[in-house]
Amino acid sequence: MLHRPKLSPAARREALTFYLCISPWLIGVTVFVIGPMIASLFLSFTDWDLFSAPVFSGARNYQQLAQDPLIWQSLKVTITYTALYVPTELIGGLLLAILMNQQIRGIRFFRAVFYLPSVLSGVAYVIVWMWLLHPQAGLINTVLRWFGIEGPRWLLDPRTALIALWMMSVWGLGRTAVIYLAGLQSIPRELIEAAAIDGATRLQIFRRVTVPLLSPTIFFNLVLSIIATFQTFTSAFVATGGTGSPLDSTLFFVMYLYRQAFVMNNMGYASAMAWVLFLIILLLTLLIVRSARRWVYYEGARSEA
Amino acid sequence: MVTGHSALRRVLSTSILVFTAGLFLTPLIWMISSSLKPTYAVLAVPPTLLPNPVKWSNYPEALSIVPFGRFMLNSLFVSVVTVIGHLFSCTLIAYGFARLRAPGRDALFWVVLATMMLPYPVTMVPTFMLFHALGWIDTFLPLTVPAFFGSPFYIFLLRQFFLTLPPELEDAARIDGANTLQIITRIVVPLSGPAMATVAIFTFQATWNDFLGPLIYLGNQRLFTVTLGLNQFRQSYTTDWAYLMAASLVTMLPIVVIFLIGQKYFVQGIALTGMKG
Repeated sequence: MLHRPKLSPAARREALTFYLCISPWLIGVTVFVIGPMIASLFLSFTDWDLFSAPVFSGARNYQQLAQDPLIWQSLKVTITYTALYVPTELIGGLLLAILMNQQIRGIRFFRAVFYLPSVLSGVAYVIVWMWLLHPQAGLINTVLRWFGIEGPRWLLDPRTALIALWMMSVWGLGRTAVIYLAGLQSIPRELIEAAAIDGATRLQIFRRVTVPLLSPTIFFNLVLSIIATFQTFTSAFVATGGTGSPLDSTLFFVMYLYRQAFVMNNMGYASAMAWVLFLIILLLTLLIVRSARRWVYYEGARSEA
Repeated sequence: MVTGHSALRRVLSTSILVFTAGLFLTPLIWMISSSLKPTYAVLAVPPTLLPNPVKWSNYPEALSIVPFGRFMLNSLFVSVVTVIGHLFSCTLIAYGFARLRAPGRDALFWVVLATMMLPYPVTMVPTFMLFHALGWIDTFLPLTVPAFFGSPFYIFLLRQFFLTLPPELEDAARIDGANTLQIITRIVVPLSGPAMATVAIFTFQATWNDFLGPLIYLGNQRLFTVTLGLNQFRQSYTTDWAYLMAASLVTMLPIVVIFLIGQKYFVQGIALTGMKG
């Protein structure tokens, strides 16, 4: 601040206009983001039920958290599901995008078909899948029965409940696929043609040309996907009526946080949970960003390699 | 130059495309079929593909058990106000970041990007306390007011778009004595139809489908949005799948219509933001 050259009157006016323009955001980010984050850090060191004054309790919430079996269960559920779903989203989304990128008549119709389910996300989406996954009359087990397989009870069986939620999410892959499609379409055709002339097979072109050029998009999808999957809530909440049943096998971390905060009114404990979630997501994001240098290819940044 | 080999490949890849598209459409087709079956037929094992007899009255019946009309209106209100809020605030904010120079601008833009990554549950509890202290629980205010203070994703999207506009028009207007607000409303907004449409459509879709927000802030059934109403309906009519499918389809309908009309804006929005990571 001290060494900044003095701004001319015109530049001063422009700066003032800038701050006026962004003032809604400045207020919003203070009131709805930074303020709440500081407040929740403070609250995480208190006992508070929303109705009486918060009581300072030191690190007790965090100690309790480490001993709460449901915290560990909800972390296990969330991490297992993330490990299951994120690779599916990255690979499945890319495969879908390759299908969507074909040059054939009517491709626009197919793109719409793949993309449509992802905009339907919400409660209705989950209810449709509860019906498809119905153990007796559901379509999925009906099809399995054609092949002589008696399907599992999906959402009602602790061993398959997460897999059922995973199948549910796959229907929404279109959104990721469209991001990949934009990436695929920005790859210059000459590069692919040049590789083909040099005698590369399709698989080689895919691995050596397409994937490296798509790596920024893959990186973007990976970060978004992990952040979103760690916050899974609606699907499990609607499918289990908020219980995380059976046997807490679908008790996601955010569902448990919701229960602590808004069912049990343990606002202090819920705030501590929120900070744990934040730190986990932050750590994972930083790890990915750090690893990006090794596998994400940026045009023009290649000369020193 | 179509050889037998590549013709075969073409047939194969088209078949995979058609098959996958069939898989993606099946849940919707199944939903429509189930929604038209009589209660006794919907649970039949094995199920039939076509409803026989077709029971159209499932729709009026399902929608009158709980006040779905009211829920739709509530959702419509919250979504439209949120769209207006985002268009107003994000345009102004994004223009500032795209065009006006000021000390601290780039650092602040990094803060915008960082908040885009912030998980919603982290601020959920204190934000609830704030609205609780303001006496806003059981009103639409907690769901709509924040929209007027910008949203990082849409600020980013609009800024990217504004950067692609030629600055000459704005410079000319400024020389003619127009102020920033006039430049935004008379030059930038008319040129930004597609980007604004993208923001409107994304916002509408996200707000219409939002469940956690209404779940936290709305307890009075009169104020329920469609997601809350549908969830309540599901918990009380767990086995009436025909009704559940009919009600679910009706709540999806506005989004399907918007999707069919504005499909290109969805795709455009993703291309605009997804690429630059």
